[in-house]
Amino acid sequence: MDAIISIRNLRKTYASGVQALKPVDLDIRRGEIFALLGPNGAGKTTMISIICGIVRASGGSVTVDGFDIVRDYRETRRRIGLVPQELHTDAFEKVEATVSFSRGLYGRAPDRAHIEKVLRDLTLWDKRKARMLELSGGMKRRVMIAKALSHEPEILFLDEPTAGVDVELRRDMWALVRQLRASGVTIILTTHYIEEAEEMADRVGVINNGELIVVEEKNALMKKLGKKELTLELAEPIHAIPPELGEWNVAIAADGHELKYVYDGMAERTGIPSLLSRMRDLGIGFKDLRTRQSSLEDIFVSLVHEQRSAP
Amino acid sequence: MNLHGVWAIYRFEMARAIRTIWQSLITPVITTSLYFIVFGAAIGSRMTEVDGVAYGAFIVPGLIMLSLFTQSIFNASFGIFFPKFIGTIYELLSAPISPVETVIGYVGAAATKSIVLGLVILATAACFVPIRIDHPLWMAAFLVLIASTFCLFGFIIGVWGKNFEQIQFIPMLIVTPLTFLGGAFYSVNMLGEPWRTITLFNPVVYLISGFRWSFYSTSDVAVGVSLGATLAFFFICLAIVAWMFRTGYRLKT
Repeated sequence: MDAIISIRNLRKTYASGVQALKPVDLDIRRGEIFALLGPNGAGKTTMISIICGIVRASGGSVTVDGFDIVRDYRETRRRIGLVPQELHTDAFEKVEATVSFSRGLYGRAPDRAHIEKVLRDLTLWDKRKARMLELSGGMKRRVMIAKALSHEPEILFLDEPTAGVDVELRRDMWALVRQLRASGVTIILTTHYIEEAEEMADRVGVINNGELIVVEEKNALMKKLGKKELTLELAEPIHAIPPELGEWNVAIAADGHELKYVYDGMAERTGIPSLLSRMRDLGIGFKDLRTRQSSLEDIFVSLVHEQRSAP
Repeated sequence: MNLHGVWAIYRFEMARAIRTIWQSLITPVITTSLYFIVFGAAIGSRMTEVDGVAYGAFIVPGLIMLSLFTQSIFNASFGIFFPKFIGTIYELLSAPISPVETVIGYVGAAATKSIVLGLVILATAACFVPIRIDHPLWMAAFLVLIASTFCLFGFIIGVWGKNFEQIQFIPMLIVTPLTFLGGAFYSVNMLGEPWRTITLFNPVVYLISGFRWSFYSTSDVAVGVSLGATLAFFFICLAIVAWMFRTGYRLKT
């Protein structure tokens, strides 16, 4: 595997005593979209901040393209673009000036053509002379992305890119991320909107309480941990599950109007035909039925929940 | 060396000053004129000469230093404090730029502004009193060195400060009084003992004295001592800045 970022035994304990990262090992593959999922305070931003140089690690090492992030910080940082979670902007700066500033800060010679391309890609070109304080939240977010892309990075970190973003911008952002990936940029995005990871990611890492619980190909993860659920809309509401249905894992929903049956979609025998025939015998009729593959969200919630309830 | 990065910071900081160019220039012109009206006309008429120099002309170096000290500290501290305050510091910390380059960008820009300010005050003063500069190269050297030193000092305050009150505290409550008591408007030799000796503990005395020597060849302390004190202060500030970056003091968690 060609890893562009290798994280080994990375730890962080803040001065307050909070252990934000327990020893973490992770490899990010060149050219992939990696989604780091986790609830607020799980350690996502801490991990990104260490790789980018904003936070000091308490131990362990990170290499980017073979360079150590502390010793060879110039090499690692010029390869990285970072879009932070918070909209930190200088209110009086103009859009084009602030994006050009970022390019210079990252050590690149001025290149108006590239800046123009970035601004056009993010539909900011018409706003290039506007001051940051005149922009909406969504526009500011676009400027943050433009700044991160100004120096043509090979790796892009998007920390909660769509938090508080409208549908249109979210769709634009996803399109941009795909376009970047097609051009060979490695993208690491953190999110607690699971649908984002589900939509975009090649691989998913789930982090909770500073620990990576799982790292897996998204599709494999969904297959492995995914459950299917059958919902039967009943002809007549029932108030209790008849004991004859005890051998199936069924539950009453919608005030007795629905029965839900969770089963393993990968299993040879799903138990559906026998359940339906038993129901027919009992005279429990249904008007409609549907099945649903559990989403990444369900998987995530159950993983995090499992870890919390573990001793 | 990330020269594009240094230039980006320098230009960004200068652009901030140019946005408020009229405030930046009119304020010192008006303030200097007021000092001349009060000190030059009112007091100067009763106190014609100090060390053989007309009083109005004698106070010019002190006036320049007074503004140079406070504006250098203010410009440099604000330059680094503001990104910390609004959060844009993330970009500086994650950029491939070394501490030395960062300091050159911020302190260089702040010092440029201070030097321009010093020259504007000098030009304004020249409209009121005849000024003579005996050692122009030394004058320029002291101006650059003192501006850089106080900009470094301001940078330290900007990194250290947690709020605007702390940022303003040192220039307003420490540096300005020390300047007034450090011979900005009089010669230390005019004081009786023990005040003269006590005043010599004020580091600002050495800076003003050296700068004034470059104008009129008269000084409260030997010019070599002034130069040594200025350089010492410069290197102390430099060492503190180096320590701040090495430890990530109040910049990184």
